[in-house]
Amino acid sequence: MSYALEVKKLTKIYKNGKQALQGVDLSVPEGSFFALLGPNGAGKSSLINILADTVHPSSGEVTLLGKNLFTERKWCKQRLGVVPQEIAFDPFFAPRDILKIMSGMFGVKPDMKWIDELLERLELTEHAKKNARQLSGGMRRRLLVAQALVHKPKIVILDEPTAGVDVELRKRLWGFMRELNDNGTTILLTTHYLEEAEELCDQVAIIDQGKLLTSQSMASLLDSVGSSSLVLEYHENMTMTDTIQNKLAAFSPRIEKNTVSLCLKKNDSGQNNFNDAYQTAIALLGEAKSVSVQNEDLEDVFLRLTHNGNTV
Amino acid sequence: MNWYGCWTLYSRESRRFLNVKMQTIVAPALTAIMYLIVFRYAMGDREVPGLEVAYFDFLIPGLVMMAMMQNAFANTSSSIMVGKLMNMQIFLMMAPLTAFEVTLAFLAAAVTRALIVAVVLLLVLAPFTNISIEHLWMIMFYGITGSIIMGGMGMIGGMWSKTFDDMALLNNFIIMPLTFLSGVFYSVKQLPEAWQTANHFNPFFYLIDGFRHGFLNVGDTDPSQAIIVVSIATLSTVLACWYLWRAGWRLKD
Ligand SMILES: Nc1ncnc2c1ncn2[C@@H]1O[C@H](COP(=O)(O)OP(=O)(O)OP(=O)(O)O)[C@@H](O)[C@H]1O
Ligand SMILES: [Mg+2]
Repeated sequence: MSYALEVKKLTKIYKNGKQALQGVDLSVPEGSFFALLGPNGAGKSSLINILADTVHPSSGEVTLLGKNLFTERKWCKQRLGVVPQEIAFDPFFAPRDILKIMSGMFGVKPDMKWIDELLERLELTEHAKKNARQLSGGMRRRLLVAQALVHKPKIVILDEPTAGVDVELRKRLWGFMRELNDNGTTILLTTHYLEEAEELCDQVAIIDQGKLLTSQSMASLLDSVGSSSLVLEYHENMTMTDTIQNKLAAFSPRIEKNTVSLCLKKNDSGQNNFNDAYQTAIALLGEAKSVSVQNEDLEDVFLRLTHNGNTV
Repeated sequence: MNWYGCWTLYSRESRRFLNVKMQTIVAPALTAIMYLIVFRYAMGDREVPGLEVAYFDFLIPGLVMMAMMQNAFANTSSSIMVGKLMNMQIFLMMAPLTAFEVTLAFLAAAVTRALIVAVVLLLVLAPFTNISIEHLWMIMFYGITGSIIMGGMGMIGGMWSKTFDDMALLNNFIIMPLTFLSGVFYSVKQLPEAWQTANHFNPFFYLIDGFRHGFLNVGDTDPSQAIIVVSIATLSTVLACWYLWRAGWRLKD
C-alpha cells in the first residue's frame, strides 16, 4: 500500500516542558478518509501543526507521498492543505481576495472558476465581497476550509473543520469532503463528533496523552474490538475494587454509578463470550436488576480506550 | 524560487497600505508640512552654522528621510503584529515560501511605501524650497537602504513584540531616539565633540546625512565611509530578518 503520510516516532516537547507527542507512529493510506480522534489535549493539533509547519517538531520523521517533509518542504507544501483548529483570518481583505492571495502564495495563479466553486460549495458566495471581519464564526471556519483547498492539494488535513458549524451546513461540508475523497484526495481530520466520523471515515486512529492507542480501518475497529458489551444494572451504586478489576480483567470492566459494563469479544467462529462474562460477573457481584447487551459504537470504543489508556 | 508567491505576498503587503492612503500617505505628508510651518517661522532665514545652507532647506531632506524610515518600519511591524494577533502568520508558514522569499516581499513592500511617501512629500514641499536634486544616486541609495534597514527593524520588532505595548515601547525608546538624534534637525557640527563622536556609531546618522548630501551637496560624513557603514548595516539587517524568520523566532512553538 502506498501512503500519503507516514509519521515515525514523532515527539513534541513544548518550551514549558509539556510533552505533547510521545513518539507517535501513524500511516495514512493514500486515498483514505482518515479520522484522527482523541480527547482534548491528546496531541492531535500538535501533530497537525507540525505537519503544517507552524510548530517545530522535537524529533521524528514524516514522509509525505514518499518525500521527507522536513527537508523537502516546498514540494510537500504544494501538495498539502491544512485547516487549522484556531480561527485565523486576514482582517484587511474579503474572502474572494483572501482566496486569490492564498492561491498566489502557493505559486498558483488564481483559478477563478475553482475559487468561485469553492465559495459556492462552502456557501460563502454571498459573503465573498464582505470584509472578513464581518463574517460569523462558522463562516470564518468555512473560509479556512476554502483556503486549504484553493491550491488543489492531494492531501487535506482538517483540524476540527466542523466545530461551530451548524447541523445542516455540517452535513453539506461532510458531503463536500466525501466528494473530494471520491475524487482521489486523501483526507485526514479530527473531530469530536464521533458519530459523523464513524459514518464517514474509513480509517481511524485514536491518540491520548501523546500516544497512539490504535490505528486501523473503521470497520475492523468496530468489529474486532468487542463489538458489543454486556451491561448489568444494580440497585445500588457499585465501586471498582482491585478484585473486580482483576477477576474481570478479560472484559475491560467499566463502572458508572449502578451499572457495570463488560466488553464481549468474538471468538474465531463469530460467537461472543456472553456466557462467560455473565457467569463471572454474577458470581462476583451478585444478581443484577437488569441485564442487557449493547452494541458498541465508535463512542464506546473511544471512551473505553481513552479511559484505560490501553493499547489494542 | 517561488517568484509568483513572493510577488503575491509583496502585492498583499502593498495593498495593505494603499487601501488606507489617508493613514499611510496623506497623514505623514501633513505631519511634515506642520513641522515645516513651525520651523519656517521659528527659524526664519537663519543658516545652519558652518554649512551655508538655510536652515529650512537643510531640514527638508531630513524630514523626508525620517518619514520614509518611519513608514518603512510601520509597514512591516504592523503587518507582522496584526498577523500575530489574528493568528494569521500561519498562512505564511503553511505556504511554500522560504524565509528569503518572505523577507524579500516584506522589505520590498516597505521600500515601496517609503518611496511613495518620499515622492508625495517632495512634491508637496517643492514649492516652498530652493533645494534640487544634486546627486540622484545618493538620494536613491540612502533612501532605499534606509527603508530596507527600517523595514527590517520593523520585521524584527514585529516578531519580538507580543503586544502593541511592546511595539510602542520599541518605538518610543529605540526608534524615535535613534531617528531624532541622527541629525534630522541639526548638523552634527553644532554638537559638542562627544556627541559628534557618538553619532558616528548611529547608522541612521549616515543615512540621513547621505540622503541630505544628495540634495544639498554638503554633508557631515565622509561619503566612502558612509557607503561602507550603510551597506554593512543593510546587509546585517536583511540577514537577521532572514535568519529569525527561518527559525520562527517568537512565532513558532
Ligand atoms: N503552545 C503550547 N505550549 C505549551 N503547551 C502546549 C501548547 N500547545 C499545546 N500544548 C499542550 O500540549 C498538549 C496537546 O495539545 P493539543 O492542542 O495538541 O491537543 P488536541 O488533541 O488538539 O486537543 P483538542 O481536542 O482540545 O484540540 C496539551 O496538554 C496542551 O496543553
Ligand atoms: Mg486540537
